[in-house]
Amino acid sequence: MAAEMEPPPLGDAGQTDFREIEDGEGFFVSTVTTIESPEPSSPDPPSMPAEGISTNGPKQEDISLDDDPEDLFAEATEEVSLDSPEREPILSDGPSPAITPVTPTAMLTPRMGLGTAEMFERALDEIEEDDSGDTFDMHIAVSDPEKVGDGMNAYMGYKVTTKTSMTIFSKNETTVRRRFSDFLGLHSKLASKYLHIGYIVPPAPEKSIVGMTKVKVGKEDLSSAEFVEKRRSALERYLMRTVKHPILLKDPDVMMFLESSELPRAVSTQALSGAGILRMVNKAADAVNKMTIKMNESDAWFEEKHQQFENLDLQLRKLHASVECLVCHRKELSVNTASFAKSAAMLGNSEDHTALSRALSQLAEVEEKIDQLHQDQAYADFYLFSELLGDYVRLITAVKGVFDHRMKTWSKWQDTQLLLQKKREAESKLQFANKPDKLQQAQDEIKELEGKVQQGEKDFELISKTIRKEVSRFEKERVKDFKVVIIQYLESLVQTQQQLIKYWEAFLPEAKAIA
Amino acid sequence: MDEDLFLEDVGDSWSFQLGGEDEDDLHEYQAFLGSSFFDLSGDPFSQMGLGDHEGKQFCWKKTHTDSSAEEEEAREGSLSVSAQTIRVTEAVRDGDALTFIVISQKLSGSGEYHVARTHEDFQWLQQCLFSQEVVPGILGVIFPPLPAKPQLNAPTKVLKQLGFLAMGEDWRMYCMALETYLQQVAAHTTLSKNKCLENFLTSSEPPGRQRVRKGIFNRLSQAMEGMRKEGHKDVDDFFQTERDNNLTLTGCSKSATERFIDVVLTEQKLAVACGHFSTALHLCVEQEEDSAVLAFSKICVKLSEVIDSIKRNFESVAENNLSTLGLGLDLESRCQEAEKEMLYRRTCKLVVLETASRNAERAKPVKTAAMDELKVAAEKEFDHVSGVAKQEIARFHSTRVELLRQALILWCEKQLETARDTSFRYSEHLQAFKGLGE
Repeated sequence: MAAEMEPPPLGDAGQTDFREIEDGEGFFVSTVTTIESPEPSSPDPPSMPAEGISTNGPKQEDISLDDDPEDLFAEATEEVSLDSPEREPILSDGPSPAITPVTPTAMLTPRMGLGTAEMFERALDEIEEDDSGDTFDMHIAVSDPEKVGDGMNAYMGYKVTTKTSMTIFSKNETTVRRRFSDFLGLHSKLASKYLHIGYIVPPAPEKSIVGMTKVKVGKEDLSSAEFVEKRRSALERYLMRTVKHPILLKDPDVMMFLESSELPRAVSTQALSGAGILRMVNKAADAVNKMTIKMNESDAWFEEKHQQFENLDLQLRKLHASVECLVCHRKELSVNTASFAKSAAMLGNSEDHTALSRALSQLAEVEEKIDQLHQDQAYADFYLFSELLGDYVRLITAVKGVFDHRMKTWSKWQDTQLLLQKKREAESKLQFANKPDKLQQAQDEIKELEGKVQQGEKDFELISKTIRKEVSRFEKERVKDFKVVIIQYLESLVQTQQQLIKYWEAFLPEAKAIA
Repeated sequence: MDEDLFLEDVGDSWSFQLGGEDEDDLHEYQAFLGSSFFDLSGDPFSQMGLGDHEGKQFCWKKTHTDSSAEEEEAREGSLSVSAQTIRVTEAVRDGDALTFIVISQKLSGSGEYHVARTHEDFQWLQQCLFSQEVVPGILGVIFPPLPAKPQLNAPTKVLKQLGFLAMGEDWRMYCMALETYLQQVAAHTTLSKNKCLENFLTSSEPPGRQRVRKGIFNRLSQAMEGMRKEGHKDVDDFFQTERDNNLTLTGCSKSATERFIDVVLTEQKLAVACGHFSTALHLCVEQEEDSAVLAFSKICVKLSEVIDSIKRNFESVAENNLSTLGLGLDLESRCQEAEKEMLYRRTCKLVVLETASRNAERAKPVKTAAMDELKVAAEKEFDHVSGVAKQEIARFHSTRVELLRQALILWCEKQLETARDTSFRYSEHLQAFKGLGE
């Protein structure tokens, strides 16, 4: 099968998108595919059509990957200068799923058709075998947030330091500077490559107009500082989660992100870019799809797990809300304690009796110190629990997405089967009409479809297998994650209490000294 | 008597007292209170430092053992119960009203009195005490403050006025405040001799509810007049200073009390929020054999135990705050108000005196003698009040310092104990989590 690339209508830079539309199907059953340009050196990356999904487009042939093993994933960026961030959890979805599985560069040359899925499977198995040899030893730190530029074009730059002893990395320690859209770009690429084949790609931190605008405008207050710190921490966690995934770790985009000093700007992450609009349209299409696909679930495991994750989603959201409430009250307590400390101090000052006056002043000091403890504790509540729960709520969204992709894959397979059936019927009719050309054509088509059906089945099996592994991994990681955070939290609690005891012990003699 | 300028100023008149049914009572009081009133050797407020109340939240330490005072109390017309044994043990809900059980031990040691009283009864007592107007200088007494009426099913705003006293379970704080009030009254050399107190503590019948009368000691309700006179400059430096200090302290202590209430309320809110969090965690538990899912469920359960500990900690801390320093600050605040009222009364007398003096000076020869007489009477009254006031102020200060001291010590000790407990529990949780099998 020859690779076919139709030049898209628009002349702007962008990603190349190809559509595959099923014949005769009127529904939103078609999916949009992404093919990366095989020519990275070309100064003008191929354009991207900002077209929606149409039901009656021209019939296009099956597209498979280019034979070029080296550069499957060239950069695709758009020269749009508008910087208009929008709250977009959509970002966790890549542009679109591919028909044929996409193999990481490091692996074998992808073959078309039947063999691809098998190859892929073997390739992944190899990755996992590699893993057991080279134990995970990596630490990524995101630090030194620095504002670059002025006004509405300003952005925050972060320092990303990678320390590792793993052999796949060229250096033991690397430092690069990245901005937020770089992280989003990384996620976007990973999502487009791995989500549709069943890998749970950790979602990137969310955009925030309010937060960023404050920073850009130069508001140097507590809430801006908190925002920046929150984001810095979120970026760090995001990277760590991503590299902990054995497949993602080996992805060239990830490596490039961590190691190369310059990254082309990921402009397609912007909401109003062509890519952004396409994402939104896809999202709508997906939503409709979900409603129309009725899957015959033959595997009880998937049924159960799906339900479990639905439940988990709800529970985590509730937990998150509870913790937010806790954080809020604790901050309130801090404010009230500080207020009380002040009034106690005033009382002490107005008091004639020397010893009582001193004791009351001491009281005020103790309360101030306790206030500080409350603040520290609120910080811990927030950064440890609240963010962890928030991360997991977003992760669950990715998990559910992966389950949805499986459904889509199944649906595609089923549709192909139906089509094959129709073709067979048509062919048998043609057998009796004396039209050898048409008959031949029909038979060719049938052969092609048979191949596709097999491919579809293999895809479905593969994604199911991958999801099982991913879910298992997710569940193990979850336990580790929570345990680590809880221990940290408990340690902070213990420390706070020890401090508190010291304060009370210091105050007691003062109180007793009142004559 | 009709021309008593002081009373005319204040608004309520003597005639209400002298005429009609109350005349008998007036004579009664006079008979009792006549000579033994001004016991300057006694030490009214020191008697408030009394015994340890086991299980009570607020300890009053006994500072003096004054046996002569006790003897005095045993005399006829004096209180037949021991002041330090007075307890208000509980508040019983009676429809829309609260009834308080007051228990006190007989001095003779032969048993105890058990009575049920409503807030109206307390108010009656307070009014009785106020009504001892005939006693010279009584205006100089700092009357123990009675807590405001507790209302069940009251809107939050009303409850807010009660502050700390409305908090705590089953009106426990309120009962403590009432108890303190009764003990203070019973320990006061003058006030304790009021027959009404005896009646209140010992009679099984509710004391004369129908005889609630308006005292002249209404709170500075004559607002306009009050404002003018409050600022009236004093002739005595000691009193001027005292009034200035009192003004500051009243404001400061009220402010501190209110802020402290906010702290306690927030702590209680935190406890509730922890409860929600803990419950939400239990919802995450899945019945599964899969080891990773099981491990996660286990973590959720253990975490909810931790959160429960945090909740208990907040509850304890809030309770400690409430029952020691909270109560102490509340009492301090109300006592400052009581002193303020006394000082105000004295200031009013000063105004009366100054007016009388002016009148005497400006009087036409015909009226000079009468005016002079009034002036002399006013002067005498004023001196009496000032004399009593000075005494009261000295005792007031030593008492309140002692009260605050005890409140602070108890507060610190309780918080220290809670902190240690909590620390221990947190450490246990930490160990448990570290040991969670992997």
